[in-house]
Amino acid sequence: MIEEAVDRPPTKTYLNAEVGIWSWLLTTDHKRIGILYTISITFFFFLGGFFALLMRLELVQPRNWLVSAETYNKLFSMHGIIMVWFFLIPSIPNTLGNFVLPMAVGAKDLAFPKLNLASWYVFMLGAAVTIYAIFRGGVDTGWTFYTPFSTASSTTYVTAAAMGIFINGFSSIMTGINFIATVHRMRAPGLTWYKLPIFVWSHYATSMIFVLATPVLAVTLLMVAVERIFKVGIFDPALGGDPVLFQHLFWFYSHPAVYIMVLPAMAVVSEIVPTFSRKPLFGYKAVCWASIGLATLGFLVWGHHMFVAGMSVYSAMTFSLFSYFVAIPSAIKVFNWTATMHRGAVSWDTPMLYAIGFIGLFTIGGMTGLFLAAIGLDVHVTDTYFVIAHFHYIMVGGTVMAFLGGVHYWWPKISGKLYPEALAKLSALTVFLGFNLTFFPQFVLGYLGMPRRYAAYPEEFQFLNILSTAGASILGVGYILPLVYLLWSWKYGRDAGPNPWKSTGLEWQTSSPPPKHNFEKTPVVTTTVPYPYEEMKEELGLVQTR
Amino acid sequence: MSKLDSVFEAKSPRQLELREQFSTPDHQRETAMVGMWIFLITEVLLFGALFTAFTVYRLSDPQAFDLGSKDMEIVLGSVNTAVLICSSFTMALSVYFAETGNQKMLMLFLIVTMFIGAVFLAIKFTEYHAHYLDHKVPAFWFEESSPHAAQIEMFFVFYFVMTGLHALHMMIGLGVLTVLLFRTAIGSITTEYHTPIEVGGLYWHFIDIVWIYLYAIFYIPGLHLK
Repeated sequence: MIEEAVDRPPTKTYLNAEVGIWSWLLTTDHKRIGILYTISITFFFFLGGFFALLMRLELVQPRNWLVSAETYNKLFSMHGIIMVWFFLIPSIPNTLGNFVLPMAVGAKDLAFPKLNLASWYVFMLGAAVTIYAIFRGGVDTGWTFYTPFSTASSTTYVTAAAMGIFINGFSSIMTGINFIATVHRMRAPGLTWYKLPIFVWSHYATSMIFVLATPVLAVTLLMVAVERIFKVGIFDPALGGDPVLFQHLFWFYSHPAVYIMVLPAMAVVSEIVPTFSRKPLFGYKAVCWASIGLATLGFLVWGHHMFVAGMSVYSAMTFSLFSYFVAIPSAIKVFNWTATMHRGAVSWDTPMLYAIGFIGLFTIGGMTGLFLAAIGLDVHVTDTYFVIAHFHYIMVGGTVMAFLGGVHYWWPKISGKLYPEALAKLSALTVFLGFNLTFFPQFVLGYLGMPRRYAAYPEEFQFLNILSTAGASILGVGYILPLVYLLWSWKYGRDAGPNPWKSTGLEWQTSSPPPKHNFEKTPVVTTTVPYPYEEMKEELGLVQTR
Repeated sequence: MSKLDSVFEAKSPRQLELREQFSTPDHQRETAMVGMWIFLITEVLLFGALFTAFTVYRLSDPQAFDLGSKDMEIVLGSVNTAVLICSSFTMALSVYFAETGNQKMLMLFLIVTMFIGAVFLAIKFTEYHAHYLDHKVPAFWFEESSPHAAQIEMFFVFYFVMTGLHALHMMIGLGVLTVLLFRTAIGSITTEYHTPIEVGGLYWHFIDIVWIYLYAIFYIPGLHLK
């Protein structure tokens, strides 16, 4: 941690510019909307986590002991729905992205501040409808809503849950439009595309997916609702429909959605790594285009979710090949982060611990993705815990780690306060250990043949399941700790000063917490490169970095 | 209150209220246009998914879909297509008069566009009623004796979902035009700043274009069976 005398905390900040509940509920300030989103998604994170906890407890015993099989079906469905649409998708873009992106481009606000507020209300409306479905008894289709089960057989509240997600989709679209317009039109003078932080590039790529993929999910769920309500044939084979078409449409959204979840995580890591290595990001332009490349390739690989659903060998081979291609931009990023650290003045602050954790876990998650892209192996592990472990390494080991890293990294900017460093490092370690203990055994379980989505299993799998449940409880502690000490530090933490990490990002060139319109006057960017740690060495007080 | 007062006193063109995040009126204008174009891309994908599903089913049983198309109200549908293209023309005139600062003509053509839009909806619902009398409404009253009955019913499901979604967009468009008319009436549309009219116009033209494709896939394929 950098021990420096800091300026007096600013007297006029976005937090005290206006007061009262309505000044928050009717705010158009991107920073306040970011905080509204943070509160909402934190609630959903713990709600989804609660469902996961019940599932892990049930799986301690090979036979049903805690919940019935029907309840278990609802638990994994609600866990998936809540975590995917109400936590992971909005997690980084709508909280940190909302807060930081306008400042990172030197703007006073997003291009459409009212649209931004509207997106939060739409999100909350979608959430309310989904919570209604939970209270009425939940859904048992899995988060994927596969037909014809979801349209013809399931007697649970499928329509309500699907409509909740349908509504939620519009909040994603609004955010996507806002971010794209902001990046195109709101950059500070002198801030050209190749000087933008990767945070902005990555969010731009994410927004492309928001805008292009989300409407397809909306229409697909609309068709499910129509088929369910009116009992007419769209996907149900008994009524002349094609259930595989549903899967195509669903994964056309839901595979790119994986990149909605991981690109913002990469955005965060790309900021943390240069800051704590005191070096410009290695291979900057390659990382920029790797973000766009991931967003593009993300649209060409959805079929790898359906290798066993019935598709021609030719299509399967094509989807398999494109899935391998995804490894290229992913590897570009991983290599460039590590190359940035190489011979840098690396410091082991909490955000950096999370970032390094991300790089390692994302690599494992990504490499096991290649296993799944191989058709032969995929047939062996389809619908097993191998798949579960793989995507949790990306989404929990990747996105959640990066989200926590980002929250710690920007916490001094958001709250103006420093969190207790030792406790933060301890909880970062707890999360890392708990995570691996939870999910690594699941790779083994899956390879040995334990299928996903069952409440009971053969006794030989019990040991690994107990390990996994033990890990989940450690992970839970690791998630509750930051919630507690971050809130504590908001009130009792030491003042952070404008730039506690000595970062070159524009958001750090204003006070912490920032004033209502971010900057006293619009910044003009005069540096020649992104991450100008060399050029700003003296300004930041970074003499002798190596 | 002061905001409300200014609304009623400003009958003549008034100064643009530049939103605080923008530096110049041009900046605000171009940003709004960018936002609208991105939104239209979203809309393309929204309808695109339905067109894709329709195409997949059509390819699997083209004969049934032609039989379904035979029962379309081709005259009403064709008239409606012409009606909607006219509304695009009057909308374009609205934008022209907004640019040239002719408030009266702008309001006149906004009203004409709304009127034509309403005529379109009226004709559309007349068609729906005709289908109902023909017993061609899936889920409510559908009778079909052909061996392709299930696929023909599916044709009608897509017909109602897609034209229904389009009609919903038309209604939203009418709402947008109402707001634009109001804003013109209070004088907030000027030669310098008429972006709302341009943006609303883009949306209106987009809905019209979607209809042309809907007309092509639903009405035309069954013509040879009439």
